[in-house]
Amino acid sequence: MNDAPVTAPPRAAALALGDDALVLSHRLGEWAGHAPVLEEEVALANIALDLLGQARILLSLVGDEDELAYLREERAFRNLQLVEQPNGDFAQTIARQLYFSTYQLFLYRQLAAGDSAFTGLAAKAVKEVAYHQDHAAHWTLRLGDGTAESHERMARACGALWRYTGEMFEPVEGLEVDWRALEDSWRESVAGVLERATLTLPDGPRSGAWRAGAGRQGLHTEPFGPMLAEMQHLHRSHPGASW
Amino acid sequence: MSSSTDWPLWEVFVRSRRGLSHTHAGSLHAPDAEMALRNARDLYTRRNEGVSIWVVPSSAITASSPDEKDPFFASAADKPYRHPTFYEIPEGVKHL
Repeated sequence: MNDAPVTAPPRAAALALGDDALVLSHRLGEWAGHAPVLEEEVALANIALDLLGQARILLSLVGDEDELAYLREERAFRNLQLVEQPNGDFAQTIARQLYFSTYQLFLYRQLAAGDSAFTGLAAKAVKEVAYHQDHAAHWTLRLGDGTAESHERMARACGALWRYTGEMFEPVEGLEVDWRALEDSWRESVAGVLERATLTLPDGPRSGAWRAGAGRQGLHTEPFGPMLAEMQHLHRSHPGASW
Repeated sequence: MSSSTDWPLWEVFVRSRRGLSHTHAGSLHAPDAEMALRNARDLYTRRNEGVSIWVVPSSAITASSPDEKDPFFASAADKPYRHPTFYEIPEGVKHL
């Protein structure tokens, strides 16, 4: 970063990226104490902490990070509906990770190569996200090309979350990104991983009446409310509590 | 879901800096070598401890037995002349 004053980051863009990271971080944190094996619990917690770090920086660009995280109502969150989807079984968590981390990887690569208020942050985050994508891809291969049951569960998870992927490529105000190129790279990468995992890219509707996704406009799915209640209740019950 | 006991055990060796040897850091469970490397990265290098990791199946390690401790190691105890410090350096020897 140079010393010249950077232009104020666009609020809508910082909120969108920050909320994606915050909400997915919380979802991954829900695996603590429940992950199938200890080693994987640590891996998921590491990814959650990377995302929380990104969320803190992004939300701080907009205002007070604690107020934004803990005192906003559901409708004020701007995250993708994909990241608020429940963990489900391990396959569903991995499918969500594959879809989202691949999106974040190509998005942050573009932002890191550009010249905006997000350049420095994206350059740092892209290394973290590359690992998240690697983790998701390796698990997709093992589950897809594993046992008959793991294959079926992975296929089901990829299909179930597919309708939430269209929203990722709707332009976010204030982000200088080639959204078309982003979608092409994403699709090629995800299709490649799924193919190696003996799975196929779902071809269900991502547009039209069946298309889900208005998270960026503040409309969220049913599981988001309970998640938010759990995430916010401590701060709301004991304002200013610290430890 | 399978439990971690179904997965093989791996020994993890981490090289902390270039020029140093890999040192045993601990062990973990993983389904295969590639995942063992990734688990090792998360468990043993997240505080910037390493530049390289080896993982080795624990079953591939042959260890000396505690029963054989004496024949293996004790006989070296009374041979101090095997240490360089046993020898006095003669006066006048330079560059040592």
